[in-house]
Amino acid sequence: MAAEIGHLSLWLALAAALCLSIFPLVGVYRGINAWQWYARPLAWVQWLAMTVAMVALGYSFYINDFTVSYVANHSNSALPLGYRISAIWGGHEGSLLLWGWLLASWAAMVGWLSRSVPLEMVSRVLAVMGMIAVGFLLFMLLTSNPFDRTLPWFPLDGADLNPLLQDPGLIVHPPMLYMGYVGFSVAFAFAVAGLLAGNLDPAWARWARPWTTVAWCFLTVGIALGSWWAYYELGWGGWWFWDPVENASLMPWLAGTALIHSLAVSEKRNLFRAWTVLLAIITFSMSLLGTFLVRSGVLTSVHAFANDPTRGAFILGFLVVVAGGALTLFAVRASALRSDGGFKPLSREAFLLGNNLLLLTAMAVVLVGTIAPLFFEWMDLKISIRSPYFNGFFVPLTFVLILLLVPGVFSNWKRQDGNTLIRRIALLVPAAAIAGWFAARIPEPSPWQGVLAIMLSLYLILAHGDDVLRRAQAYNVGLAAGLRKLGRSYWGMVTAHCGLAVMVAGITLVSFHEVERDVRMAPGDEVQLGDYRFVFDSLDEYRGPNFDSTRGHFQVFWKEEQVALLHPEKRTYHASRQVMTEAAIDAGFWRDLYVAMGEPLKGDNAWAVRIYFKPGIRWIWLGALIMALGGALALSDKRYRRQKFASTQTGAGQ
Amino acid sequence: MKANSPWVFLPLGGFVLLAIVLASGLGRDPQELPSALVGKPVPSFSLPSLLTEETFTEESLTGRWQLLNVWATWCPTCHVEHPYLLTLAAQGVPITGLNYKDELPAARDYLANMGNPFTHVIVDSDGQLGLDLGVYGAPETFLINPQGEIVLRHAGDLNERVWREKFQPLLPAAKPVTAQGEGV
Repeated sequence: MAAEIGHLSLWLALAAALCLSIFPLVGVYRGINAWQWYARPLAWVQWLAMTVAMVALGYSFYINDFTVSYVANHSNSALPLGYRISAIWGGHEGSLLLWGWLLASWAAMVGWLSRSVPLEMVSRVLAVMGMIAVGFLLFMLLTSNPFDRTLPWFPLDGADLNPLLQDPGLIVHPPMLYMGYVGFSVAFAFAVAGLLAGNLDPAWARWARPWTTVAWCFLTVGIALGSWWAYYELGWGGWWFWDPVENASLMPWLAGTALIHSLAVSEKRNLFRAWTVLLAIITFSMSLLGTFLVRSGVLTSVHAFANDPTRGAFILGFLVVVAGGALTLFAVRASALRSDGGFKPLSREAFLLGNNLLLLTAMAVVLVGTIAPLFFEWMDLKISIRSPYFNGFFVPLTFVLILLLVPGVFSNWKRQDGNTLIRRIALLVPAAAIAGWFAARIPEPSPWQGVLAIMLSLYLILAHGDDVLRRAQAYNVGLAAGLRKLGRSYWGMVTAHCGLAVMVAGITLVSFHEVERDVRMAPGDEVQLGDYRFVFDSLDEYRGPNFDSTRGHFQVFWKEEQVALLHPEKRTYHASRQVMTEAAIDAGFWRDLYVAMGEPLKGDNAWAVRIYFKPGIRWIWLGALIMALGGALALSDKRYRRQKFASTQTGAGQ
Repeated sequence: MKANSPWVFLPLGGFVLLAIVLASGLGRDPQELPSALVGKPVPSFSLPSLLTEETFTEESLTGRWQLLNVWATWCPTCHVEHPYLLTLAAQGVPITGLNYKDELPAARDYLANMGNPFTHVIVDSDGQLGLDLGVYGAPETFLINPQGEIVLRHAGDLNERVWREKFQPLLPAAKPVTAQGEGV
């Protein structure tokens, strides 16, 4: 019964989305106020229907209704309750439902929190979001209905959720990631609404900006969670594989980061208007492209969902309508968005333009690398692209990005005096270079790229420290009072940039100083890794709710002092007979100790054991969290809290 | 941006190109990749062995039903697939390994630590044989009949389900021809 209610709700949501995409727009063009007014209630009806559908699917999982084929394929009566619920998004159909529900939630939130936005604009924005929802609901109902029944021959028990997904990290990773993807639909909707209206004043950027920042924060956290999950769950200690699906999440992130910066210029200076609109379109199109790549079966990936060309064709068609339509509209209307007012080649605008070009280049690098296999296939070449290609571009791009970031932060809007800028940087560069040179000596001599990266991290942090002090002192009210006067959005920027520095330092440390050892070990054996000694004590077996496990017990000593007890496991899941490696990790601020059981070897209880020493790996995710925190700080700025006065605020300290 | 500048059409043009490339990939399932070589003999080659002094040629792949598994230590999915290859080998399925664009010491360590499911391991350091076979990435597994002809190509990891559904139906008997006793 629950499944039928859910199915019906999806049709109801489709009806609401159809009305939402037609009536408010017609209302705008015909000047019918009542029809425009319907935008908000329709968005709420759509949200309500989608929520009922989500609850219905969750309930089907809860009661183990294996007559629903999606439940039968992704759950099992022995699966713990938490995973049964998170199994809602453990497969293709259900994760689409999550996508649709989040889209409806964003639309409802926009309707709710846009009291200060003119009704005409709200109607346009919600109508565009309604059109996107129509596409996704049709996709779900026509090709991927999560509520299909297996009747009359239903299985007695389910096939179980993919063991890789039976993990706390995976409960939150997809919702976070999708919040980001889907959140960019708001920026997209604002962009298209602005193009339709032919009117993109600074108010437009001010409305679109907080939504974009929220989406960006979620996407940042979502990607970091995915990387963390891959690190501890896949069992070989890597944190980024340049897998097509990882790339699919990185592309909207890079475009979205560019968008945040360009929105700042559009809001403060009313410049880059066409460019910002274009970025908003690109960012959301990249989110859709990611969806296409994961679900169409065009590329192989560890994440790939069941491959199905019909689904691929549908999403591609949808992508063509959404991105193609928006870009056509852009081509027709962009000429009207001439920017008035200019800026000198040396100014904050110029540096932000550089930032945008670098981020978009990085995005293009990922895009080309990801779809290159298709392209080569076309030309009948067989070339495989791996991490050397991506790293070869990404490392220098990041270096240049950081180099330009600091003068950008130091510069004024409109024009910046070159001598002042050079004086400020002239002090900073040697300071960062000397500090970095010493810092890079601490672990052990590094190759020059490692030293340079550490110097750049310190350069970022020192520069922001310097900038904070100068701006606080500029108020002439004493340092403490000055610090309090700095706006939250300024603190947000400083925090996010320091997050970048932390992440770069972490990547550098782990890339140049990690130690990985694959060894044969039996109970009683020990292995020395630098100052650490790993002792394999014993081996035992136990039975989990839906798996059997062989578990190793390791002690780790640091100079004769016991610092960790580690229990890596090898699990065999009952329903799918899949074997999973559960790595044991002693996490620390400075380093991780990582033990994973490989394969049993011939001879008395001997195993292939992977023992890793990973310095600074936590900083990668910590850096991402700090970046997201920066975004959250910027959102808490008072101009967003007091929206009524927003039109007169210009934002202190920026 | 100047009024009526042709540049505004650039993003649209770029997107159209992208969509065409994506559409061209649609009909194709990378897990399937019906290789042009299916039904044809393995291309000729002469390559060294990873673990012994032998040299292998296309003749080495004749005389019995066997699998040719393309693997490398840099390939994450190969690590996932490895336990199943060991299981198959234990059941007596002969598997020849093709070590693809890899570093040899790392490859030897990998087999020593993880166990060796292969009867032979052919070294294809510069990927020439892989290129001739149309290898798309690792892992890939080819089913080769006693005449040395490719019967099936599977891209992606080999697991119980793939083995049951794709490989077993093509084999002449329920149990493949047993290994002829040569281990490495």
